[in-house]
Amino acid sequence: MTFANGLSPAAIALNRFGLGANPNVAPPADPKGWLKGQFADFVPMPQGFAALPDAGAMMKDYQGDRRDAKRQAMASPPPPPQPGAPPPRYSPQQRAIIQDFGEDVKALYRQAAQARAQSALETPAPFVERMVHFWSNHFCISADNPRIMTFAGAFERDAIRPHVLGNFEDMLLAVEMHPAMLIYLNQVLSIGPNSPAATRASVRDPGKHVGLNENLGREIMELHTLGVRSGYTQADVTEFARALTGWTADGIGPGGRMDDGKPGGFVFRPQLHEPGTRTILGKTYSQQGEKQARAAMIDFAQTPQTATHIATKLARHFAGDNPPQPMIDRLAAAFTRGKGDLPTLYSALIDSPEAWAAQPVKFKTPWEWTISSLRGIGREQIDTMQIASIQTQLGQPVWKPGSPAGWDDTAASWAAPDALLRRVEFAQRLVAPVGDQIDARQLGPKLIPASFSPATADQIGRAESPGSALALLLVSPDFLRR
Amino acid sequence: MLDRRRFLTVAGLGTGAMLVAPGMAFATAPTERRFVFIIQRGAADGLHIVSPYADPAFAKLRGSLGADIAKATKLDGTFALHPSLVETAKMFGQKQALFVHAVASPYRDRSHFDGQNVLETGGTQPYQAKDGWLNRLVAQMPQSKDEAIAIAATVPMALRGPAQVTSYAPSALPQPSDDLLMRVGQLYAADPQLHTIWSAALEAQGLAEGSAANQDPASLGKLAAGFLSKPNGPRIAMLETGGWDTHSGQVNRLAAQLKALDTLLASLRDNLGPVWAQTTVLIATEFGRTAAVNGTGGTDHGTASVAWLVGGAVKGGRVIADWPGLGNGQLFEGRDLKPTTPLDALIAGAAAESLGLDPERTARGLFPSVTPKPVTGLTVA
Repeated sequence: MTFANGLSPAAIALNRFGLGANPNVAPPADPKGWLKGQFADFVPMPQGFAALPDAGAMMKDYQGDRRDAKRQAMASPPPPPQPGAPPPRYSPQQRAIIQDFGEDVKALYRQAAQARAQSALETPAPFVERMVHFWSNHFCISADNPRIMTFAGAFERDAIRPHVLGNFEDMLLAVEMHPAMLIYLNQVLSIGPNSPAATRASVRDPGKHVGLNENLGREIMELHTLGVRSGYTQADVTEFARALTGWTADGIGPGGRMDDGKPGGFVFRPQLHEPGTRTILGKTYSQQGEKQARAAMIDFAQTPQTATHIATKLARHFAGDNPPQPMIDRLAAAFTRGKGDLPTLYSALIDSPEAWAAQPVKFKTPWEWTISSLRGIGREQIDTMQIASIQTQLGQPVWKPGSPAGWDDTAASWAAPDALLRRVEFAQRLVAPVGDQIDARQLGPKLIPASFSPATADQIGRAESPGSALALLLVSPDFLRR
Repeated sequence: MLDRRRFLTVAGLGTGAMLVAPGMAFATAPTERRFVFIIQRGAADGLHIVSPYADPAFAKLRGSLGADIAKATKLDGTFALHPSLVETAKMFGQKQALFVHAVASPYRDRSHFDGQNVLETGGTQPYQAKDGWLNRLVAQMPQSKDEAIAIAATVPMALRGPAQVTSYAPSALPQPSDDLLMRVGQLYAADPQLHTIWSAALEAQGLAEGSAANQDPASLGKLAAGFLSKPNGPRIAMLETGGWDTHSGQVNRLAAQLKALDTLLASLRDNLGPVWAQTTVLIATEFGRTAAVNGTGGTDHGTASVAWLVGGAVKGGRVIADWPGLGNGQLFEGRDLKPTTPLDALIAGAAAESLGLDPERTARGLFPSVTPKPVTGLTVA
């Protein structure tokens, strides 16, 4: 697929760097300046996110209700379903509490997904908003059960958004201290085998085995910082997991009676922490308590391996599935030079000629395609459109990549027969209410300024109806890629 | 010490859930035999699925995870099958299921994502090979039509490659109008990538007409069976299951996972009807889990695991294991079940025999960088 002239810099700024053009806004005259200017315009806490019910309070109420109901059920056990049958696991009251919580959590998740989409539609800083999505995927959680789902929106709002224009280290720490991550990668369950809590447990019940869970430790090294095959060993992972013991979410996991602190917030529990000095990547950590894992993590963040890992993912997101090595090297150098300062890194990205290649370099993910479609038809309010359900149907459910590696960022993962058919189905549904009010022939050149392909323009011009023309525009090769 | 090892354990009978949005991928070719690959993403715990209850070190290592043994189905004097696998146990009793224990791909580190890449590409290092062994298998089939299909919205790595592959998954979205479908086709005519994908999508759409639109394991099995039993349909299918990464709460989670997988297999069997007799289903995971229970009622990333073969064409009722033992000094790196059978060798043998291909040639084609000696005698003639 080649366009006669290739994409214009304005088209690249709007679509590859931004979230897609809004036809009511003139294309930027100075694309690089427009992108860098967004650092001053980004809104860390848009209204939709600010309005979300407090996830920690919801969890606290639920746990309180569960405890009360359990006490009642133990005082007056529910009768067995038939004489002689074992008593049911839960009383009707307990079951109702669990069910209500499940529904409340789904409602919160859907509301948070609406806030995410609304922010993407109304943002004055679409490039920075894209970076929020990028980091949210880099440091992903997967809302596959009610406890994680409760904190999914709060995770992006509180761990990612405030730091997107800050420092990598601060984002890293905010992520690893967030209840969503501590729950998702089982850190709330991990106990130092020689910690006071483990010792007490073995006195109480010698048969009971409590100890380490290395899930979070491994994924911090493999996915969040150093990167896989970057030279660490199984022993490093285990040592780091030991250092992490005691990092937990308030009110969740062993010894998790809710303190008076912020419900669902980070807490360090010394009684869970593995005592002693740790050796990780050849360096000795003699710090005590919470500081030990923190020191190791800050060291990870400052390694050349982490710089290269982040640079590679960033280059892949903007310069194509097989990013050019000189660009990776340049971004890694900017990451190191800026000591993790993210605007410095973004500026190096914007100044990289490889990110301005005139041919489209990326196949949009379902999220990118949906948001750019909504922006493209001039929709500024998400309203009652159920974004969570749409993303599920398109194959990329919000905050549910299903794996701590996050969604893959290559065309091979998204450009597939069934996935494409879903986009055509959705495009048809999306344009139904607005198709006769928008002239796709005029819209095309606004969405892809000065480089809309003549072949697509020709096909759109021959469509049987305005609605059909608009649907075709949204699924055109020009609009599926960026 | 030969007696430390148990060669070729053979046995007689058998018996938990969560397939995360499973998906399928298919390949068509003119043979009457069928080969289905089910990947377990997340590292399934082979020691909990087919448990070496007779190994002296087993009970102590497994702690609270060993409780399922009491209800497990004894397969032979060494191994027992997880109690959730009720239908699979029946298949084992009818000699339609076999297990190969202590298997692993060439991958020896513990990253899911690298591990799955090696398992699916058939390379020896992550990202060394650019296409999948299942795609190369399509190319090995006689008079291949160079066409394949996926019941996942996207095509999994194992099935990616030069042989054409399509994908299909049930959708709740409204069907586009024929006019729009036709115009989209014209719009993509000059775009090689989109043209190929679109043609495949329309073909799958045609094959799936009237299929159920549910994603539960029974519906998925039925959907896959529907494709596989069509006279002109695909002969190779791939399904993806997730949720096997049981770092905590393993007893309940694995019970649910296995029940779902058991339901899927039973649904495949029941809906394939007479075609089941010509079908081989291979189930494998990227690596196993730690031999010992961890501190949170689960297991962490390990090395060797178990692979399964089920189907009417399988010479089943056996557990094949060059058993390395779980005792002191017998574990890989002091923590994991040691691999004794290359998974590549099993895949090559199973794929070749199930489709009537030459095992040696298939092994060369599927795994060019290692060329394993294929495990044979897995299917009935």
